[in-house]
Amino acid sequence: MATVDLKDVRKVYAGGVEAVKGVSIAIPDKALCVLVGPSGCGKSTLLRMIAGLETITGGTCAFDGKVVNAIGPTERDIAMVFQNYALYPHMKVYDNMAYGLRNRGTPKDEIERRVHETAKILELSHLLERRPRELSGGQRQRVAMGRAIVRNPKVFLFDEPLSNLDAKLRGQMRVEIKNLQRSLGVTSVYVTHDQLEAMTLADILVVMNAGQVEQLGNPLDIYEKPASTFVASFIGAPPMNLLPVTDVKFSDGTVISAPAQATTLGFRPEDADVTQRSSGDGLALDATVEGVEPVGAESFLYCAAAGQRVVVRVAGRSSHELGEKLTVTARPEKLHWFDSNGKRAG
Amino acid sequence: MTPRVVFPNKILPYLLVAPQLAITLVFFYWPASQALYQSMLREDPFGLKSQFVWFDNFKKVLSDPNYINSIEVTAIFSISTAMLSMVAALILAVMADKVVRSRNLYRTLLIWPYAVAPAIAGMLWLFLFNPSIGSLAYALRWMGIAWDPLLKGDQAMVLVVMAAAWKQISYNFLFFVAGLQAIPKALIEAAAIDGARELKRFWTIVFPLLAPTTFFLLVVNTVYAFFDTFGIIHAVTGGGPGKATETLVYKVYNDGFVNLILGDSAAQSVILMVIVIALTAVQFRYVERKVHYG
Repeated sequence: MATVDLKDVRKVYAGGVEAVKGVSIAIPDKALCVLVGPSGCGKSTLLRMIAGLETITGGTCAFDGKVVNAIGPTERDIAMVFQNYALYPHMKVYDNMAYGLRNRGTPKDEIERRVHETAKILELSHLLERRPRELSGGQRQRVAMGRAIVRNPKVFLFDEPLSNLDAKLRGQMRVEIKNLQRSLGVTSVYVTHDQLEAMTLADILVVMNAGQVEQLGNPLDIYEKPASTFVASFIGAPPMNLLPVTDVKFSDGTVISAPAQATTLGFRPEDADVTQRSSGDGLALDATVEGVEPVGAESFLYCAAAGQRVVVRVAGRSSHELGEKLTVTARPEKLHWFDSNGKRAG
Repeated sequence: MTPRVVFPNKILPYLLVAPQLAITLVFFYWPASQALYQSMLREDPFGLKSQFVWFDNFKKVLSDPNYINSIEVTAIFSISTAMLSMVAALILAVMADKVVRSRNLYRTLLIWPYAVAPAIAGMLWLFLFNPSIGSLAYALRWMGIAWDPLLKGDQAMVLVVMAAAWKQISYNFLFFVAGLQAIPKALIEAAAIDGARELKRFWTIVFPLLAPTTFFLLVVNTVYAFFDTFGIIHAVTGGGPGKATETLVYKVYNDGFVNLILGDSAAQSVILMVIVIALTAVQFRYVERKVHYG
């Protein structure tokens, strides 16, 4: 139960490498903030600075308005779920969960009550006497969650907690983490490189690139209005189609009012359509089908258009064949424009 | 269960293990059986005549107060040496693990003493603590300690224990460093976040996870203290003053090669063999149970 305020946080390593270049994020109480970005973007370093595992070399990190820069991880009252869970291999599940409470001098009967309560929530009750190596990956993940929850900390930190699970389990745990976080109402920071996880979990989504925040906000806002070509191509699967404006041929003679500085045009695969003839309104590109990817409920057409590869989503089964000529169209309000620096224009 | 491997050739497998078997037979079973045989003989010092006496040598040795004393000396010496060298090595390893800059240099320097021969290590300590010329002995006397290992048995014991432990520290250090490196950093971080301070982290996380290393070193150090410390004792005290530092191995040597009581000496080495086998078996049976392998 706390707000987390990062103000111009920086991390410069001893060798002079700047991993985090001035990040400011204000996370309100009970919110789940997801840091997403490619590997090496500084998201894990930022999380570890919030945890107190890395020193903050510039700026401040504050919990509830109180600057915690100089406070070690032991006193910050946070809980963290690690990527490889970091369960204590020599302790039973019960002791793994009780360890943090014991260190804080919680009375024995209360430890027992809280561990059993948490184990019940996470359906771990029958596993309390086992050791970590006797558990499956999903069960270990739950124990790691349990160890974090049982302490009832101010802030939860998640460092790619689902990346070691298989796809199905990952989907289940994603929903569970979201529900747990909601019902417990603990402010959380969640690091992932998976944009789907980021989109579905986040109250506040922070897209990071090269140690800086590219965009920050509500996930759907970011999806609908990416602030840069980086965000546009990182959020959404398959990613947004990006075409240099000079190469775009408007076959119908339709005039699309491009903003003045725009040099790149973008549109989402699901905002585009394929027709045999151009429809007259909006974007129309002559394209050749180069690949078809049926996913079940939808299919993705990979087309060559304007010297680029363009992905278009079509509903259901696709009847298009390789080498087929068609026109890719997109409505004018669904187009995104970016300037020569990759920033959103208009 | 793995299926039994069947070799089509009947002779080749035996031929392939023959060299190993030959080495074991010639260098282990043969001398051991010789010792066993000799332990039941009574020989004169010149080896001219010998008499088969069954277990008389054992009876004689075990009723000898000097031998009982030697067992006590060995117990004190071995336990102290193993403890001292392991504790010191563990402290050094934990410290070295924290060093960030030039950690390899520290490690190399700490491993060097292992390359020193036991007798040389013994001489080193002998000179340092020699009552008349030793610089550290001078310092001890200056502090008001009546230091004289040549006359005082307990001080002589302290000296050989230190010399023996000092040499083994490097070896233990090496294993402890490797053991510490094998503990994932995330575990330590998780424990820190779980509210455990440094000392608590060490006793609840690091030390239990080091147990396999510690157990291995306990076995090795016990065997070391029993057998490999002969050179140190020979160089530093020669078993004296009186018989204050005469360990079982040293007594075997002394009775056999100095006093030429060959039967007694052989009987003692057989007893020694039994003790070490029993000790190792006990260690594996009881201590290993408490060891958690990753």
